[in-house]
Amino acid sequence: MKKLILTLALAVGALNFLRAEDMIIPISKDTEILGQMKPIPVALTGFTGEAAEVLKFDLYVQGYSFVSPDAAQYLINGTDTGSVVGSVTDKFARKVVLSRSYNGASLRRQAHAFADDIVQATTTLKPIGAGKIAFKSQRAAGSGEIYVADFDGFGAQSVTSDNAIVAKPAWVPGRMALYYTSYARDNPDIFFHSLSTGQRRVVAGYSGLNTSASVSPDGSKVAMILSKSGSPNVWVSDADGKNLKKLTSGLEDSSPCWSPDGKWICFATKKAERRRLAKIPAGGGEVQYLNTTGAANPTEPDWSPDGKWIAFTRQAGDFDICVMPADGSLPPTVLVAGQNPSWSPNSRTLVFNHGGNGHQTLSVLDVFTKQYKDCRRATGSNSQPAWAR
Amino acid sequence: MKLNKMIFPLMLALVATVAFTGCKKGFSGKVTGLPGPRQQAPTGDGTDLTTKPFAPIDTTGPISNPVAPTGPIAYDPTKRWDPANMIQDRATVADQTVHFAFDSAAVLSKEESKLVIVSEKLKSDPSAYMLIEGHCDERGTDEYNRALGERRALALREALIRSGIEDGRVQTISFGKDKPADTGHDEAAWAKNRRGEFILCHQKTGA
Repeated sequence: MKKLILTLALAVGALNFLRAEDMIIPISKDTEILGQMKPIPVALTGFTGEAAEVLKFDLYVQGYSFVSPDAAQYLINGTDTGSVVGSVTDKFARKVVLSRSYNGASLRRQAHAFADDIVQATTTLKPIGAGKIAFKSQRAAGSGEIYVADFDGFGAQSVTSDNAIVAKPAWVPGRMALYYTSYARDNPDIFFHSLSTGQRRVVAGYSGLNTSASVSPDGSKVAMILSKSGSPNVWVSDADGKNLKKLTSGLEDSSPCWSPDGKWICFATKKAERRRLAKIPAGGGEVQYLNTTGAANPTEPDWSPDGKWIAFTRQAGDFDICVMPADGSLPPTVLVAGQNPSWSPNSRTLVFNHGGNGHQTLSVLDVFTKQYKDCRRATGSNSQPAWAR
Repeated sequence: MKLNKMIFPLMLALVATVAFTGCKKGFSGKVTGLPGPRQQAPTGDGTDLTTKPFAPIDTTGPISNPVAPTGPIAYDPTKRWDPANMIQDRATVADQTVHFAFDSAAVLSKEESKLVIVSEKLKSDPSAYMLIEGHCDERGTDEYNRALGERRALALREALIRSGIEDGRVQTISFGKDKPADTGHDEAAWAKNRRGEFILCHQKTGA
């Protein structure tokens, strides 16, 4: 009997050790596991309807797969009658790692909160369930509105009501405020829009193109594309549009984004008639071209909040989402078909849009397992999502 | 002996030169200028036929370009006008829509005659302004195409300004791929969508 217990303890210990190793591998070699990591197998029992839908969506796009209890690493069980009650059992460790009940708000919010707690109890990831996205919703005639929704597309609300062409919403970090492009004044101008007060104002409305606003991590600066000097280039201003400075001088620059330390601006440009990604010091300086070998026609870069990755869109016939280490140490990995990637605060999940023939759908992607799921669609074609962070 | 052979022609040349110079000095009659290879034929109307001297060949720098320099022309903010306050006329210059090659903002030589027509239109109507819309096909990401469409419109603006149109009369707007002329998804549709459209603008009366 003692021997049996000892063997069991050793076995559990060994399993724990193995699991610990599994956890270490992705951290030390994560540049090699983009799109290749195996999902965490879980069994989901007891939930119905909306709660089950939310749990399945949230966990799938954070790298979990749903299997029978026999094949699962974690058993997720609970009920959703009136409110969400749930527990998570680690089959290997043979212990309950989470047991919680939720009340208040909506059943939907409770299910998101439970999914977040599951992620925190079983990984080192920052959960995304409370995340918001902003995006462009376009009607067939070309005009549209800027929308804000939960990260899964639910609860979509229009921010604008101009019935004008709109583009490229960008969040102010940590605030319920957006910058976006609107043709409401018969010119592509950049607006600042506070979602809490409803106040908005034009930040850049110069002759020619004003678009692609991107807010610095501390919220004090805005990078954007202006063509008032005769070609579309990257400019930087204070948050209110003042102290404008021209940063680049290519013939066709687009889509600036900030490094999380605020020191660099990454953008798409052209060199010798070829589309390239480049970065430039945010205060001005020399342009450095990024090595995107193997990913033709790169555009739309987005730098992950942890500084490690740059996601972008390549175009080889159709569009694909790619991710590469920001330090250029490895070539990009092509993940799935789509455009306009935007990182969530956890630096592992992206929201992007995909689809053909002018009809775009938003989708959420786990870059490690390549698992993705479509968001609920707002009216029209949905594109250019931006994850609040 | 060899030396003499060389000296003889040299002496002949010297004598000839002295004789010719002497002759010119002593000549007081009229000189008829005959056109050289680079001179125009006499027109008979008394026009001075003197040609400009050939430019010295500079071997140190790059080969000089006889056409006006190309490149971005900045907007003058003091000359901005609001297209919303204008009567916009798409019909008059509708046939002059300029089409572009894939992923390019270069004005194709076969499209240049359209720019001549647009330029002449503006020259003949000094009160007219021109708004140029830049558009792209769907093969390109949203914001990339917004920049490319602007670059196309700006290339047409630059061409008009170089043709002598005052810079403040021409403005651009890019729609990227948001306003296709043809909603199809094949090369025929794409070719139609890669374009720069001209909109003739006039001040509203009383404005």
